[in-house]
Amino acid sequence: MSRKTNPLRFYDDPLPGVDVSDLQGKLIVIEGPDSIGRSTQVEMLRAWLEERGFAVADTGMARAALTKDGIREAKSGHTLGPLTMALFYMADFADRLENTMIPALRAGFIVLTDRYFYSVIARAVARNQDAEWLERVAGFAIAPHATFYLRAPVKEVLARVVRGNLYFDYWESGMDVPYGKDRYESFVGYQTKLMEVLDSLAEEYGFTVLDATRSPEQIFEDLKRGIEPLLED
Amino acid sequence: MRDIWLSYGFATVNLIGLMAQFRPNLFPGKLIIVEGIDGSGKSTQLSLLSQWLRSRNLVVSFSEWNSSSIVRGTTRQGKKKQMFTPTTFSLIHATDFADRLERRIRPMLEAGAVVCADRYAFTAFARDAARGVRRQWVRNLYRVAIQPDLAFYFRVPLDVALKRILGGRAALKYYEAGMDLGLSADIQESFAMFQQRILEEYDSMAEEMGFHVIDATRSIKEQQKQVREIVLQHIGDALERDVLQLPPE
Repeated sequence: MSRKTNPLRFYDDPLPGVDVSDLQGKLIVIEGPDSIGRSTQVEMLRAWLEERGFAVADTGMARAALTKDGIREAKSGHTLGPLTMALFYMADFADRLENTMIPALRAGFIVLTDRYFYSVIARAVARNQDAEWLERVAGFAIAPHATFYLRAPVKEVLARVVRGNLYFDYWESGMDVPYGKDRYESFVGYQTKLMEVLDSLAEEYGFTVLDATRSPEQIFEDLKRGIEPLLED
Repeated sequence: MRDIWLSYGFATVNLIGLMAQFRPNLFPGKLIIVEGIDGSGKSTQLSLLSQWLRSRNLVVSFSEWNSSSIVRGTTRQGKKKQMFTPTTFSLIHATDFADRLERRIRPMLEAGAVVCADRYAFTAFARDAARGVRRQWVRNLYRVAIQPDLAFYFRVPLDVALKRILGGRAALKYYEAGMDLGLSADIQESFAMFQQRILEEYDSMAEEMGFHVIDATRSIKEQQKQVREIVLQHIGDALERDVLQLPPE
């Protein structure tokens, strides 16, 4: 593995029992707002990498075996508070990091993750929680080799959501805060705030920002170009 | 975690230590919490205390560790299938705590109730550290909690607690006995070793956290007398002045 990309490191507090020098794989994060096309890109990347002979593992937010059902159920009601939500998602993240991402990295896989703890922070901050507190909670996270932030103006996100869902999801509209008098207004306000936070995280953590107003193929070309240097041994 | 030390003339202040503190209770209600290892008798004492508070016409709200309806299913599944690592165990319990804080403890304090909590953030400080999770990380995790007005620590030697527990009750459970740490293949022995670690964690934080330490080997009545005296001495005035009174029946 090339010297410039390995070894991996923890942001802050190491996880008990994990030796980062054992982790020979690559950790690549795709971040971005709702409906921006992250999972399409993960699928395309997986196919491209596998064709080239790399073993790929992919994971994504709220998919942890431990918390998947619990989070879904909590969101089906109206009692989930912002603090509880943030920590529930952080538990989901920790479960996937320890039980999916780290074992795959140890086995030398390329791990593609659809969102990282950055989105947990963005959602929490958009709900008036303290970013610095949650960043320290997420101190057990591994700094990824690269984070690609698919970015588009809220108007574009709006158009994609309307085209895809034909309605505004309660949580994706931040109705629990809320940001406006109805779903549309709250969606725009909430997504604007989310993007503001992601923009500041992008600067802080050094994301590669990609213009997501373009076609999936054009974005994919950028992603391949960005990932290519990580693949050279 | 890197500690930051600043010097102001004579005083040296640990900034991380300061940041690890809870939020102040600025509400009219009062928060009383009890801590101690299993078998210390803390729940009995808290129950007696809350009865006494109710008899004085005060509105009392109870909150138990690990009781969030939103998180319960996840905790149960994680325990049953032994899915927890020390970090996820810690985070799920913090999630449970957050839900109780948001939906019960904070609103009740805001309303002016006396909130009696059977275990609080200190339980996580002790248990998670006993599981090898970094202390400063757990402290930060619970920074969002509200500072209790009174914290009682029922201190009991391990052998006394073990006698109380292992005598009368159902089989020990996997995580409760710290079996995930691989301390011993024998569940009773593992439980004893794990409780000993927790006891040491409690003892070492007692002063820093301002616990009122109660000798839990004394009789139930003697302990309760001492607890009530401490309550009156520290928050007696506030109980009469600020706390919500029960409406006449």
